[in-house]
Amino acid sequence: MDYSIRIGGEAGQGIQTVGDTLSRVFARTGYHVFTHQDYESRIRGGHNFYQIRVADRPLSAARSRLDILVAFDLASMDNDAAFVAEQGRIIYDSAVLKQKFDGPTFRDVPFTALAVEHGGSRIMANTVAIGAVLGLLGMEMDILLRIISDTFQKKGEEVIKANISAAAAGYDFAVKDCGGCSFSMAARAEQKLLIAGIDAIGVGAVASDCKFYAAYPMTPSTGIMNYLAGKAQQYGIVVEQAEDEIAAINMALGASYAGVRAMTASSGGGFALMVEGLSLAAMTETPIVIGLGQRPGPATGFPTRTEQGELQFALYTAHGEFPRIIFAPGDPEQAMNLTNKAFDLSEKYQVPAFVIFDTYLADTQWTHAGLDLDKLVYTDYRLRADALNGLSEYKRHAYTDTGVSPMAVPGESRHVVVTDSDEHDEDGHIVEDAETRKKMVGKRLLKKMPLIQKEIEPPFFYGDAVADIVLVGWGSTYGVIKEAVYELSDRQKIAMLHFSQIFPFPGRDAFDYLALLGNAKKAICIEQNATGQFARLMRAETGFEFAAWINRYDGRPFTVEELVGELHVQIG
Amino acid sequence: MSRLDDYKGQTPAWCPGCGNFSILKTFKDTVVELGLEPHQFTIVSGIGQAAKFPHYLKCNTFNGLHGRTLPVATGIRLANHEMPVFAVAGDGDCYGEGGNHLIHTMRKNPNIKLFVHDNQVYGLTKGQASPTTQEGTVTKNLPFGVFSEQLNPMALAVALDCSFVARSFSGDQDHLKSMVKAAIDHKGFCLVDILQPCVSFNKINTHEWYKQRVYHLEPEYDPTDRVKAFERSLQWGDRIPIGIIYRNSRLSLEERIPIIHDMPLVKQSPDINKLGDLLKEFY
Repeated sequence: MDYSIRIGGEAGQGIQTVGDTLSRVFARTGYHVFTHQDYESRIRGGHNFYQIRVADRPLSAARSRLDILVAFDLASMDNDAAFVAEQGRIIYDSAVLKQKFDGPTFRDVPFTALAVEHGGSRIMANTVAIGAVLGLLGMEMDILLRIISDTFQKKGEEVIKANISAAAAGYDFAVKDCGGCSFSMAARAEQKLLIAGIDAIGVGAVASDCKFYAAYPMTPSTGIMNYLAGKAQQYGIVVEQAEDEIAAINMALGASYAGVRAMTASSGGGFALMVEGLSLAAMTETPIVIGLGQRPGPATGFPTRTEQGELQFALYTAHGEFPRIIFAPGDPEQAMNLTNKAFDLSEKYQVPAFVIFDTYLADTQWTHAGLDLDKLVYTDYRLRADALNGLSEYKRHAYTDTGVSPMAVPGESRHVVVTDSDEHDEDGHIVEDAETRKKMVGKRLLKKMPLIQKEIEPPFFYGDAVADIVLVGWGSTYGVIKEAVYELSDRQKIAMLHFSQIFPFPGRDAFDYLALLGNAKKAICIEQNATGQFARLMRAETGFEFAAWINRYDGRPFTVEELVGELHVQIG
Repeated sequence: MSRLDDYKGQTPAWCPGCGNFSILKTFKDTVVELGLEPHQFTIVSGIGQAAKFPHYLKCNTFNGLHGRTLPVATGIRLANHEMPVFAVAGDGDCYGEGGNHLIHTMRKNPNIKLFVHDNQVYGLTKGQASPTTQEGTVTKNLPFGVFSEQLNPMALAVALDCSFVARSFSGDQDHLKSMVKAAIDHKGFCLVDILQPCVSFNKINTHEWYKQRVYHLEPEYDPTDRVKAFERSLQWGDRIPIGIIYRNSRLSLEERIPIIHDMPLVKQSPDINKLGDLLKEFY
């Protein structure tokens, strides 16, 4: 089984509630789930959808083909109905759409009338729709009923009862009206964890003991702020909404200087404002984790859509020369782990570390059998009271063999902690002399870089070990490339290489990925941007030049069918 | 207890006769009198001649970017609100480049003491107009004179209900010391605007110019009356009041954050046992 369900409608109609609830029911039932969303930059109206793919095998991307369409508006009929499979179903409420549709696919379910009749209020039309989808699929209602009870616990028994009646009414109607539905859901397995990329970054931050987060709201990074604010009380995190992104990064640097792990995040336009602060982090060697949520630019671009257009921006932005670390996770598990690694390495080497993602990764929800928090690392690299008091002398920017100076927490001992955005001496005081400058560049940049590179893991490999075709990607295209390899593997000797630890660029000691590429008949670099930013980085770092590319830059992510279609063009 | 010697820093690279020297001396005297030791507080500064201040002292220092002093200071306070945090800036640094941060820091009200060395000119970049330069002043890059209205930091601060608004003068060290002390005693964000001459570039607002005009607010002046304070903050020209123009007892930002009520953030150690709960909501 492998079904796709799309809930289409206007912003404000509650399609997210329907989608979230259904995907949670599926994940709790034990199915593999992948969800993604498509929405416009508006609060009400327009046309949006929420799509759920549910299957009995692991999923990592969406399909174009739909099995069930819940149409809350006429635009869903115009835009989405064409994707519904022959055996599929489109459910809608003709009283709301003010139109009837004929044909075996269409099912007119009176969402609103059933809501009023059984739940007592029009508001519960969405609950009726959720029940109807479960009815079509022939699933049981018990998990939904538990979710309803949990969700409305605070609102009291009456509200719970009304919603349960509404869901049951939708369910019963769909079962009776199905007219030969062919859906069958396989046996249940153990319940799965369902998490979105943006929440996984938040989990990674909390688990890394991030204590301070300052940001200015900007899609698609705002979810990190919301997540951490929700955890502030329980985990002791100060979340500050700054007046602008310039303030956000500078606040985070202040907090980091004062001795706590700090993070900020934004999207391209907001990150552009942070760039001055980025080089301040580098010069003062203050650890910071920066989340960069890419969306199509330039300027404000497509505010709610997706692109991988800021790799070069993250790599080369800011004045002067300094080391930085760039991670680009491909799924929620990597998002959590690499956020943790960003915190660890940022503090260990006292350099800025990026977690770059995009709207697509931020919004997509994936099921995992579980996420292993025990694998996360936490080492406090700072000198605090006892370690500091024992020192006869302390210099914040002391020369060392590794280039990493001891980082003290101000106020914890009699030693003072001095740092400066100007070139400075070992004490942190402003200097002008050439000799100190040379030594400081050596310490800050040249000594640290090779050490940081040793921490970078090779790209992820999947597929045929002696592949004719190798697909290469980075960041959020991980999932769809993997599914394309899976789908084509019965016809082709095909494999993928996915880069999530991007800079410093992975070395080849552990895995000679260039040999793999060199032996392939064709290596295709797949990117969600127009200019092949990763391909350029790869050429600059390794000399390897791709002969083929697939670039998508319309703001929409690839579905499996779309990518496979593009690949057919290239490889026949 | 600290001694003046504990605060010996680098030799200042300021112009001879700069008002900054007396501000530096007054500050050192004050912290020694208060018994503060160099490791017990942090000075944050940005860019400009005033921003070099902490290098000519000895204390915890974060000398960052032009105009970005207050966000860094806020971050430090939120991470460790047991550490007194002073911010030192010039009029260009704080009222120009950092204007947005000043506005919002006054609104947020972290317990930071901001000392603005206000010489009404850009010294480090050699004599351009600052936000507090008198309208009409001709500079090398403004041959037709400054068109913009002169910024009134006192009126701005009163308008924003800034917790502590004071003005002093580098040529009146006793007064300056009393203002530094009052600011340190006050709980909440403090703006102390310190009038000072720039001997190299400001030929209008000289030491003499200020001396002839500044006067102490009379003892019966009530700085808690906001409407009267606004009236006094508008006074500029022949007579310029110095002293605490306005103060209130708003809760500080730190006091409003429940997470740090019992303990500063920097002293809260991670609780590994709690992490198990993190993933529960995703099932």
